[in-house]
Amino acid sequence: MRLFVSEGAPGSLPVLAAAGRAQGRAELLISTVGPEECVVPFLTRPKVPVLQLDSGNYLFSTSAICRYFFLLSGWEQDDLTNQWLEWEATELQPALSAALYYLVVQGKKGEDVLGPVRRALTHIDQSLSRRSCPFLAGETESLADVVLWGALYPLLQDPAYLPEELGALHSWFQTLSSQEPCQRAAETVLKQQGVLALRPYLQKQPQPGSFEGRAVSNEPEEEELATLSEEEIAMAVTAWEKGLESLPPLRPQQNPVLPVAGERNVLITSALPYVNNVPHLGNIIGCVLSADVFARYSRLRQWNTLYLCGTDEYGTATETKAMEEGLTPQEICDKYHAIHANIYRWFNISFDIFGRTTTPQQTKITQDIFQRLLTRGFVLEDTVEQLRCERCARFLADRFVEGVCPFCGYEEARGDQCDKCGKLINAIELKKPQCKVCRSCPVVKSSRHLFLDLPKLEKRLEEWLGKTLPGSDWTPNARFIIRSWLRDGLKPRCITRDLKWGTPVPLEGFEDKVFYVWFDATIGYLSITANYTDQWERWWKNPEQVNLYQFMAKDNVPFHGLVFPCSALGAEDNYTLVSHLIATEYLNYEDGKFSKSRGVGVFGDMAQDTGIPADIWRFYLLYIRPEGQDSAFSWTDMLLKNNSELLNNLGNFINRAGMFVSKFFGGYVPEMVLTSDDRRLVAHVTLELQHYHQLLEKVRIREALRSILTISRHGNQYIQVNEPWKRIKGSEADRQRAGTVTGLAVNIAALLSVMLQPYMPTVSATIQAQLQLPLPACSILITNFLCTLPAGHQIGTVSPLFQKLENDQIESLRQRFGGGQARVPPMPAVVEAAATAAPQQVQVLMDEVTRQGNIVRELKAQKADKNQVAAEVAKLLDLKKQLALAEGKPLETPKGKKKK
Amino acid sequence: MAAAAELTLLEKSLGLSKGNKYSAQGERQIPVLQTNNGPSLTGLTTIAAHLVKQANKEYLLGSTAEEKAIVQQWLEYRVTRVDGHSNKDDIRTLLKDLNSYLEDKVYLTGYNFTLADILLYYGLHRFIVDLTVQEKEKYLNVSRWFCHIQHYPGIRQHLSIVVFIKNRLYTNAH
Repeated sequence: MRLFVSEGAPGSLPVLAAAGRAQGRAELLISTVGPEECVVPFLTRPKVPVLQLDSGNYLFSTSAICRYFFLLSGWEQDDLTNQWLEWEATELQPALSAALYYLVVQGKKGEDVLGPVRRALTHIDQSLSRRSCPFLAGETESLADVVLWGALYPLLQDPAYLPEELGALHSWFQTLSSQEPCQRAAETVLKQQGVLALRPYLQKQPQPGSFEGRAVSNEPEEEELATLSEEEIAMAVTAWEKGLESLPPLRPQQNPVLPVAGERNVLITSALPYVNNVPHLGNIIGCVLSADVFARYSRLRQWNTLYLCGTDEYGTATETKAMEEGLTPQEICDKYHAIHANIYRWFNISFDIFGRTTTPQQTKITQDIFQRLLTRGFVLEDTVEQLRCERCARFLADRFVEGVCPFCGYEEARGDQCDKCGKLINAIELKKPQCKVCRSCPVVKSSRHLFLDLPKLEKRLEEWLGKTLPGSDWTPNARFIIRSWLRDGLKPRCITRDLKWGTPVPLEGFEDKVFYVWFDATIGYLSITANYTDQWERWWKNPEQVNLYQFMAKDNVPFHGLVFPCSALGAEDNYTLVSHLIATEYLNYEDGKFSKSRGVGVFGDMAQDTGIPADIWRFYLLYIRPEGQDSAFSWTDMLLKNNSELLNNLGNFINRAGMFVSKFFGGYVPEMVLTSDDRRLVAHVTLELQHYHQLLEKVRIREALRSILTISRHGNQYIQVNEPWKRIKGSEADRQRAGTVTGLAVNIAALLSVMLQPYMPTVSATIQAQLQLPLPACSILITNFLCTLPAGHQIGTVSPLFQKLENDQIESLRQRFGGGQARVPPMPAVVEAAATAAPQQVQVLMDEVTRQGNIVRELKAQKADKNQVAAEVAKLLDLKKQLALAEGKPLETPKGKKKK
Repeated sequence: MAAAAELTLLEKSLGLSKGNKYSAQGERQIPVLQTNNGPSLTGLTTIAAHLVKQANKEYLLGSTAEEKAIVQQWLEYRVTRVDGHSNKDDIRTLLKDLNSYLEDKVYLTGYNFTLADILLYYGLHRFIVDLTVQEKEKYLNVSRWFCHIQHYPGIRQHLSIVVFIKNRLYTNAH
């Protein structure tokens, strides 16, 4: 089954908590959709969360989804639970939606928010204390508790809205909030931003209806603008009027970039891609592209920024690849390093350094850290039994051995796993093992290895985490992974390998061994910096001055959040440790995984051949960035987002604003005389800009992109309402009004070009060239909306920014790159048949359907044999299908097959 | 129809002999049932489910986990959407959605008659009687389903029968 959720949709809370409790009952896939997407085919209004069952049925009610999860785990329905759920739906929800809307969308506080829900909260409190049960429906926590907790959590997690006098409610709420499934759900949905995490979703919802019989307003926009106070508007307008003057001077470029005392020094790393493969879209959004957006944003804020990455080149996989291609490992690395570098260049990734790990600096720094760990007693030695090929004179890594599976007798089992029965194998247990290179039989030999004594370092790690985590921007998944590792207890980890291609181990008796990649790969960041500047220690041994942001996919969290910090803490050399660990979830391709071997998915080098510009790829990947949840790349969706968001919304607005200036005002920005409506718009854009900053400071990259689109939506509405193209032909006053509207619109376009810079650098530069935006305004983004194109400013030539993506173009790309759901083309034969079906034929069929329907009804009424009824029902359905065809309605394929 | 009257109808259709007394609570007149062996029950669908169990007809609440969840989902739909102070537009959307939902279904759960069909039938009755012939054709699947439920033995009772024309008049309109 598949659960559809949307960022910030409050319904996700109870549903994820209930799913967490019923875990393992059924496989649950989670898809994130936009707040305005219609998932359920038969519902007109968008609704999330929605659970699509394997039968094809949809559950679109939050309580029903939770109920279903509970039923699956063997829970039985009872009156009291039903009563709570009915009360939740009919009484609590209307009050709560009103309160949340006031709080989140309108920014109201205190009694304005609490007022609507007070009665409902009191009701829960009284029920709990009257029954003197800890939970709503009895002695144990159950469905009613999860549903109500989930509904109330966004509001009550802020102690200001949990009245102290309601003691029973208080303790009930605390008990539930501390439980694991609830905690996880809360982290996933609210992402430690509190109730503001709901904003992107609630903003898109209609204002909750007449709660307590108040009149429904059809104009939430008006309402929203009205909540800005006069002071806020005045402040925004004052800032706007100051214009370019308020920009600070541009930072001079330095080379190399080094930390500066008293400034904000931001060191950004992206996980080092493994050299032996071409990266796919998931790899790109997971680290390099996400980190790039943040690096560009950080530079726009004039923070002193260094962004680095490189290829991770040592290890077995490189050796294997070299053997496959008949090259030396070094040649393989050179070849693929260039491929990686080219791909990232095409995607416009703004690395300050893109290095590699096979350098003398890597050896020097790794060996130094190792020596320090060794002298401080954090390295253990132990013996491991391994296969050794005497002919090749080396120990065989798991993938260099093949043999007969000890479990199922499969002949070609690999040293780590049998491809037939799928069981994990310890290489020395293989029957008739063979060296994959020379085919001779290896022997079991013991080999001495070194281990990092993690248990001994655990206490230091926890101390460090205790200081670092609170108030930092570690993503919830990273916190969760680290917490679960620590809960299970750390174990010594082997840090050496019997390989040739790696960093040599500087210890007697270990001359023919190298360091295991996961010990030295994270040291790659240091050595890459060292190759960039000999003053690398000013970045890496300077935790007081440097803010380290590390970007990666979630599988890399243990190495960055745990292993490297342990090595660095054990080495006692004042290393800079990660301040903010930003981990993404996974990106799927259509409905499956990217797979190089099956040729499914888009890989970095192919993206360039699609004819779609890099910025469009960047935009779409960032729009679906797996932030908080796995997400999926979909061709159809890409087309949709390009055509709706870029072309119709953003591109349309910026182009119109510029065109009006050229067409009506000869290319010179007209005089602007702001009316109170305009002043409010300025304040409103300022507010959204500040929201954008808040989000990006917290590295909520995907959500901040929504702010850009919201501003351009406001801009489009503004133009639409004020119709400058009509007013320009009117009276003097009308012409002046047209000037003001055009001037304000083109200034919003200029602001958007800067906000867009981290996401779509080329498009941003194009807009700035078209508008001739003055230089400092192109490279600095402050928290206020400024008039950067004053009256009299001359703009350049305006032309459209985006191209429409066509269906057949996308369809052919989908076919070229494979995809789980290469859809059958929409049956032209059927459409033809429908067009020619005579009305009489339709009538005949309709009568038959009616007749058959009656037969079925009669049989059922008589409580006839089930099989007989089923047979007649099948006939009825068949007839209806024919009827639908004849009427030319689209044929409803069984709904279960329709996947998002 | 007041909730108490509706519950009395339901009792009869379930074959429960002894009539319960219902009180009403608050401005929305939410029904309350005082049971003999426990605390009172509040809310239309809660009481309805209770009555079904009393009549030993649990199958009307669905037999699999999936069916049970679907039944409750439509009961919730009944009290939140159908009973909401709906304007004409809301009703049109509601009928449109139901119509497309029922396109491939005999009953709300698919093939089995449940409490959801009964309560949705009672709840929609006041809207369906007012539909024009053309609207009934427009919501063809709703009409078929509604007509079927009103003929289901013991359900309609004193409620007026709604007439549906079997032959389509507006063949071009859909």
